[in-house]
Formats: sequence, C-alpha cells, structure tokens
Amino acid sequence: MSDSSNPSANRPSEGFSTRSIHAGEDRLKPGFAMTDPIFCAATFTFANTRAVIDFVEQKQPREEYARYGNPTEKVLERKLAALDGGESAIVFGSGMAAVAAVLLAKLQAGDEVVLFDECYHRTRELSAKHLGKFGVATRQIPACDYEAMEAAITPRTRLLISESPTNPHLSVVDIERFAAIGKRHGVETLIDATLATPYNVRPLEYGVDYVLHSCTKYLGGHNDLLAGVVVGSTEKLEPIRKLRGVMGMVCGPLNEYLLLRGLKTLELRMKRHNENGQAVAEFLAGHPRIEKVYYPGLPSHRDYEVARRTMRGFGGLVTFLVRDAGDEQTSRIVDALRIPRIGPSLGGAESLVEQPCHMSYHDFTPEQRRAVGIPDNMIRLSCGLENAEDLVSDLKQALDR
Amino acid sequence: MHFRTRAIHVGNEPDRATGAVVPPIHVASTFVQPAAGEWGEFDYSRSGNPTRKALERTLADLESGWGALAFASGMAATHCVTMLLRPGDHILAGADIYGGTYRLLHKITAPAGIEVSLAPSSDPRAFERAFRPTTRLVWIESPGNPLLSITDIAACAELAHQHGALLGVDNTLATPVLTRPLELGADIVMHSATKYLGGHSDLLGGALVVKDPELWKRLYFIQNATGAVLGPWDAFLCSRGLKSLEIRVREQCRTAARLAAFLAADRRVARVLYPGLKDHPGHDLAARQMDGLFGAMVSFEVAGDLEAARRLVQSTRLIHLAVSLGAVESLIEQPALMSHASYDRADRLAHGIADGLVRLSVGLEHPEDLEADLDQALARAVG
Repeated sequence: MSDSSNPSANRPSEGFSTRSIHAGEDRLKPGFAMTDPIFCAATFTFANTRAVIDFVEQKQPREEYARYGNPTEKVLERKLAALDGGESAIVFGSGMAAVAAVLLAKLQAGDEVVLFDECYHRTRELSAKHLGKFGVATRQIPACDYEAMEAAITPRTRLLISESPTNPHLSVVDIERFAAIGKRHGVETLIDATLATPYNVRPLEYGVDYVLHSCTKYLGGHNDLLAGVVVGSTEKLEPIRKLRGVMGMVCGPLNEYLLLRGLKTLELRMKRHNENGQAVAEFLAGHPRIEKVYYPGLPSHRDYEVARRTMRGFGGLVTFLVRDAGDEQTSRIVDALRIPRIGPSLGGAESLVEQPCHMSYHDFTPEQRRAVGIPDNMIRLSCGLENAEDLVSDLKQALDR
Repeated sequence: MHFRTRAIHVGNEPDRATGAVVPPIHVASTFVQPAAGEWGEFDYSRSGNPTRKALERTLADLESGWGALAFASGMAATHCVTMLLRPGDHILAGADIYGGTYRLLHKITAPAGIEVSLAPSSDPRAFERAFRPTTRLVWIESPGNPLLSITDIAACAELAHQHGALLGVDNTLATPVLTRPLELGADIVMHSATKYLGGHSDLLGGALVVKDPELWKRLYFIQNATGAVLGPWDAFLCSRGLKSLEIRVREQCRTAARLAAFLAADRRVARVLYPGLKDHPGHDLAARQMDGLFGAMVSFEVAGDLEAARRLVQSTRLIHLAVSLGAVESLIEQPALMSHASYDRADRLAHGIADGLVRLSVGLEHPEDLEADLDQALARAVG
C-alpha cells in the first residue's frame, strides 16, 4: 500500500472492499486531499515548447486533452481494472458506447461476430443492423448453446459475445467453457458482466479476453450517472483506447467521480442486492399467482449449478411471469407496487420495475416478443437496497389485490 | 417502512416534471416569483433550496423529528443552536465533547456573555450538580469524542427539562441508525454530516433536527439570518450517502468490534476505550441505547509515551493519518496533537485525553486488512 508508484497493481491478497476503496488511488493525492480531485479541465497546458516535444515524442507521459483522458478518469480506470483483475480499463460515456467501441475497434468488413440471442437487444441491434452496413456479419445463437456457438464459428469469426447473467432471463453462461471455445478457435471473447459485477464474478479469471459493464447499473449504484467500461489486457485494449480518442465517447469528470464514489460501497451494496434478490425470488417462487421465476439462485433455474459454481451471489434482478395473466392484469400488479418505481435500468439503491413488453421490447411485434421469450405477463424487478421485508410485503399486497 | 427503505425514498421522490429517479440538483441561487409581493415556495437559496430541502426531509424522517435544517458544517449547526441563548444564560456541556465544540463554547459563546461549563454527562449525579438556575441548554455527545463515554440520553432529557433547559445531542458518532435521541426525549439533534451521513470524505455539512415546530422556526430564523446553509452540490452528495447509511454503519461497527477485541488482547496496547467491550463503563447503557451495536470509533492508548503513539499513527499503511471520521476510508489520529489540540493542555489531561491516546475511525475495508495494518504499525511504534 505504501508503494504509491504502482497504485494500479492488482492486490489479490486484499479483501474486495479494501480494493474497492483504495485500489487505483495514490496514497497521497494532490493537495493531500482524502479524495481524488475532479478535474473539469478540457485541456492541459504545457510549460513550454520543450515540454510539448517531450510529450509528443512520448518521453513524458501526461495529460493533453480531456478526450484522451483526464486524471480523475485514470484513477477510476485503475480501480475498475483492479476490481475485475484486469491489466487496464477504459471508461466510456455509457455501456453502449463501450460495446460500440469494442466492436468498431476490433472488426472490419468481412469479419463475423457470434453472440448469444439473449444479449441486450441494443447490443444485437448495433452489431446486426449498424455494423451490418459496414460488412460485418452477426450470427445469433440460442443462449448457452455451446455446441451451436462452436458450429457458428468460421475462419472469419473475430469475436464471441455474451452477457452473463442475461437480461431479463438471467441465463448464466459457463464462462470457463465459453472462454475455452474462443481459445480453441483463436477467437477473442467478451462477457458483458453488468448484472454480475466483479463482486459476484470476474470473467477475466476464466480466460475471457474482455469484460464489459454498464457502470450505470450496480457499479455506479445510485441511478444517477451513465457510464460504461471495458477491462482487459493493456495490449488488447490499446486499439479501443485509440478509437475512443478519435470518437470521443468519454464519460466526463463529474460522472467519473460519482462512479468512483459508488465503487467504494460496491461490496456492501452487492451483498444487499444479492440478499434482496434471493429473498424476493424465493417469495415469488412460493406465491400461487406466480407461474415462473427466473433467478439463478433458485434450484429451479436452468443454470443454477453453473451459477453456484461460478458466482458469489446472484444479484438483485428478478424476472417472473404472472400465472394466467394477460398484459393488463400484469400491468395492474406493476402499477400496484408502492416501493419500486416504474422505469428502465437496474442496479441502483432504488428498486425499479418494468413490464418488458411495454418497456424494453415495446417496438417488437407480439410474434417477435414471443420469439425472444418476452411474454406479456413478464415483470422484471430490480431489487434495490431497501429492506427485504418491505419489498416482499409490497409484492405481497400487489399480488393479493 | 424500515429505516433503510426510508433512507432511500423519503425526500427522494421522483421528479414530477420528468420522472427522473433522482431529483435534479437545483444550483439556482434565486427563484422567479409569481408576482411582486407574492412568494413561491422558494425565493432565494439561503432561505430555502429544493435540493437542500430534500436532504432535510430525509434527515427529519430518519431522526424521528418534525423538521431539519442543513448547514455548511457541523460547527455551523452547533453555532446556530448557541444563538438561541441570551447573555446570562448558561450552557452545560458534557466533558467528553468534540474539540471544535469546546472551542466554540469557550472562545465564541462565552465572550458573548453566556456562561459555559463542562461536566461529565456520563455520570448523572455529577452532571445534575452542575446545573444552574440559569441553565437553558444542555449539550451532550454519546458516544463522546474521543473517549467514547456513553451518556444516558433519556436521563439527561429528564434532568434538562426539570431545570427548564433544552437538551441538544450531537449524534454524529452514533448516527440515527443506532440512536435516535429525539425518541429518548432530546429537543435538538445535531450532526456533523461530514462524517457518517455523507460517509465518503467528500463533503462538509451539518444538520439540526427537532421535534417541536416552534423550535424549528426559531432555528430557521437564525439560519436564514446568519446564512451558514449547505450548498446544493454537497446536499446532493449527502443525500446520496444516506442511501447506504445503514449498511455502511452496521458493517463499520462490526469491523470496529473485531478490531477493539484485537487491540484489547494485545500487550502493546495499554487500554482500549470501546463501548462494546464488557469492561467499558458505559457498556450496559450502550447495549440498551445503540441498537445492539457500539459504533465504529475505537480509541486506545499505546503502551508507551506520546512519541510511541506518534510513531503508531505515522506507521499505518492502509489507514490514513487524518482528522475527521465516519468515512469509507479508515482514519487514525492522535487527539492531543490533532482533533483536540484546541483544548488547553491542562484541561485536556483533566478530561482524560492522554498524550498517548489514539483515535481510530473504522472504515469499510476488509477487517483482516485493517487488523494486519494495526499489527505492523504497533510493531513499529512499540517494537
């Protein structure tokens, strides 16, 4: 800890909470302040022309222009890298900006991407529709079908992508197997671990090349910022970092500070989200009005064994189907809830609830929704940090109406 | 609803105009009025600001009060209370109080013609003897700072009211998670929101919470007239901190209990002052008054002199040497040279703050990491 020259060193010997509070930070900070300053500067000045020349000749690493990085961001990136056990991290203005940067930096015309069909629909849209215009082919295969994944790989495949757990079905990928498939075929692998967070699982430890998060969710944790991050080896991230410098999808120092602040309580919050998710899932599983609960911490979940083997906890997201209910009956339950607010997103202190057919998938036809497993009677609940008993009794009153 | 749920939702209703799940930060200094002579809810941010008001509503709810006022610092909040008094009035304060409060009372309040005296609030009989006919305000902390003495708040409230005085409680160290003084009969709760309420070492703030609307109005008048209000950025950060207050405080208390036991069993430590230890004089009272936990501050005396204590606080690698407390980062300091340096030395020693006393604010790091750090620092300090 006293070695402030190497603050980004991954300190596996330390507890997770110790790392989340101290990793990536210099022990003595500018002005000897307890917390890192927020550098709102758009640009960074040079003492003289010699200093400029030293910088451009890369003799002197330093800041230049905030699109290429700023000191607040560097602390954040070191901390995020340390938490995921990676060498480097790059922060973006949103999770989708991070996805876009990886795809754009790593793919070119003629390349192929293979992704599980339960990936976030905007990720699939970006890959299939937008990158399709530039000659990148996207192959979607059923989530967790590893044989189909292997069969979909061709000599042109450059990237295998999955989320784990997936949203909203909470399928859990056998990350070790997923990474091994990539290695066997010489294809890079990416896991979007937004729903897990590095507290619950660290995909890089299983040999995945890139781990990605929408930091808007659990990492920020307070529903008050947008950010994304990709973590991996410095060498593999370099082209992505260069692309961010060109395209400029930066996060901004104020958001970066809030994210840094959120990370300090990540372990505590995740323990609570895990407990609340488990309690709510168990309550719902035993309720007569519930047809099905998707939660990896329930033995009834298809991926329960994989989840138990690879995850420390299962997060705060719980998806469920209301028995014998149509769209309107389901909406009535959503509207009757008093604590969770209706809205997209997840992972914050405040619980949020949504009916995917009206929210994330409103622009799909009923047939399309059925094809992707989003029935009208599905509710997705992001359990926040409230008292578990309060959440359960709220669900109870809404279901018992 | 439970404390934790209220900490997240009261005062944090979604923005009506946009649905935003977190209310906007209102940085406006002034507000457009409906007509000349006709006032809207907010007029000028010193008199009221929506972001500050949201925080005040949360704090009032968590402390079981009627209303709250947020200040630029804890000292600004305490000063506001002292301005209720008139020349000739007497303030009776506990002996184990924050050095900054000691300084305020002796260097600012006393010269204004208000009598100030200190007595051990943890000893009800001695404390009662210190009342005067002119006593109008009683000011206590529990746990005290830095000796972590425990005061019976309900008993003090009864005493104060018998003598026609208000009871003010600096609840900074206990937080409303563990103790809610208004429920025990106190009239005013004060917080340095800089500490556990904010919780992240990144804001200065203070708060008063009261249960009597008339008293709130008097304090509000003073706050508005003197202007030491909390700014909207800090109010936002404090509100954000409150969402994890309960889980932070409970975890920090658990770690503190473990570290106190570690220190108490160590020969390099002469004495540990932690209310969770059975030999602490306030242990039984704390067990009743603090919801089964004992706070996250641990004070102890090194088996050695002032220099040994100085070496200890300068040798930690994980724990930072700094004043303040209550944050996610663990902090260590030597009261004689730092937080209580504003006491006269003789008075400081008389109040039990030895030269070799060390005060530890236990953060959220892993307990094993903190224990290992203390262990190596003790080895350097005492050898």
